[in-house]
Amino acid sequence: MLRKLPLYICFVFGTFMLAQFFIPHPVSTALYKMVLDWVQIIYALSLLVGAAMLIKHHTLIASKPVAKDRQYSLIVLFGIFIMIITGLFFGRGNKTVFLWIFNNIQAPMQATMFSLLSFFVASAAYRGFRARNAQSVFLLGAAIIVMLGKVPIGDMITPYIPQSADWLLNVPSMAARRGIYIGIALGTIATSLRVILGIERTYLGGK
Amino acid sequence: MDIGITIAAILTLAIYSFLYKDNPFYKTAEHILLGVSVGYFVVITITNTLIPKLFIPIFIEGKLIYIIPGVLGLMMFLRFHRRSAQFSRIPLSIIIGVGAGAAIPAYMQAQLLAQIKATMLPLTNLSNIIIIAAVLTVLVFFYFSREHKGVMGFGAKAGIYFLMLFFGSTFGYTVMARVSLLIGRMQFLLHNWLGLIN
Repeated sequence: MLRKLPLYICFVFGTFMLAQFFIPHPVSTALYKMVLDWVQIIYALSLLVGAAMLIKHHTLIASKPVAKDRQYSLIVLFGIFIMIITGLFFGRGNKTVFLWIFNNIQAPMQATMFSLLSFFVASAAYRGFRARNAQSVFLLGAAIIVMLGKVPIGDMITPYIPQSADWLLNVPSMAARRGIYIGIALGTIATSLRVILGIERTYLGGK
Repeated sequence: MDIGITIAAILTLAIYSFLYKDNPFYKTAEHILLGVSVGYFVVITITNTLIPKLFIPIFIEGKLIYIIPGVLGLMMFLRFHRRSAQFSRIPLSIIIGVGAGAAIPAYMQAQLLAQIKATMLPLTNLSNIIIIAAVLTVLVFFYFSREHKGVMGFGAKAGIYFLMLFFGSTFGYTVMARVSLLIGRMQFLLHNWLGLIN
């Protein structure tokens, strides 16, 4: 029974969410809003489960005196608790420690992490981009035109480069993306139906 | 000089030290980022979702029905207890069911019909013809229920070329976005921190 119960619950909630779209009645709309609130609450608490698991993992490592890289787990735990304590008990507005940490530690480090990817992308492109056949020439050519078209040197070489880059992005690239989006939409609808009907049940885990 | 800028600059350099090789400075910075980010997201989840949607309705407005999602959400924590872990499937099934039910009309309307509508263009110029041809051939490429032979094969092959243009231009665009972030960080180091450039 406990194995089947989640499938029934999934069917009931899935069918309701699907049906309410076609029934614009005040009762259905109110119920819809309530279900959305419920899901947001469950979802928020589920996210906290993830944070709790991370804390548990690093607490286990930090509590072992001879564990390798123990100091890094202590740093993670310190970061988590300093943000929670400052954010929940000392405010989050202007001139607070919470915002100061966000502005001077978290935001610059996140931007740096993403910028670090430019080096790896460049290195991967150098190793991976080889004009072996017509298809890879299209790939390489499009990438070069778009990259040159987005910097001043492209316009300095010839104004056709930024124009071509814009055309590539707005016409063939956008159209191919549209084809992919249509495929994704069809796949999502089919998978959602399978989930609601209990055919797809991998989210329950186990065999 | 602002101490915040110096700390941000030192942490920025610690992350860039990974370009040489994995080292303790990078690892320290990486774990600081992990801890601070998780702490930030816990605070935001509590203050932006749990307080206004759970605690205020129950404890201030007296809407006791919100105890149900609260209990369901707390059931997710049963994952930590091996014997009771199976009960965490109940709130999970609600999230999955609602997500699946909401996705069908949302994708039907916002993705499928909207994209098809946007593709129905007058065949008055070359760009419109290319857009229609690209959408159709890409769809043919992703249609695996029939063997790609004859007209289907030709369409699928043309679809690959359009996909290559898409991947190439998307790659180029992504690289430029990352490079602009890199420029931003260099400006921070050389202008905001060291004051070497205007």
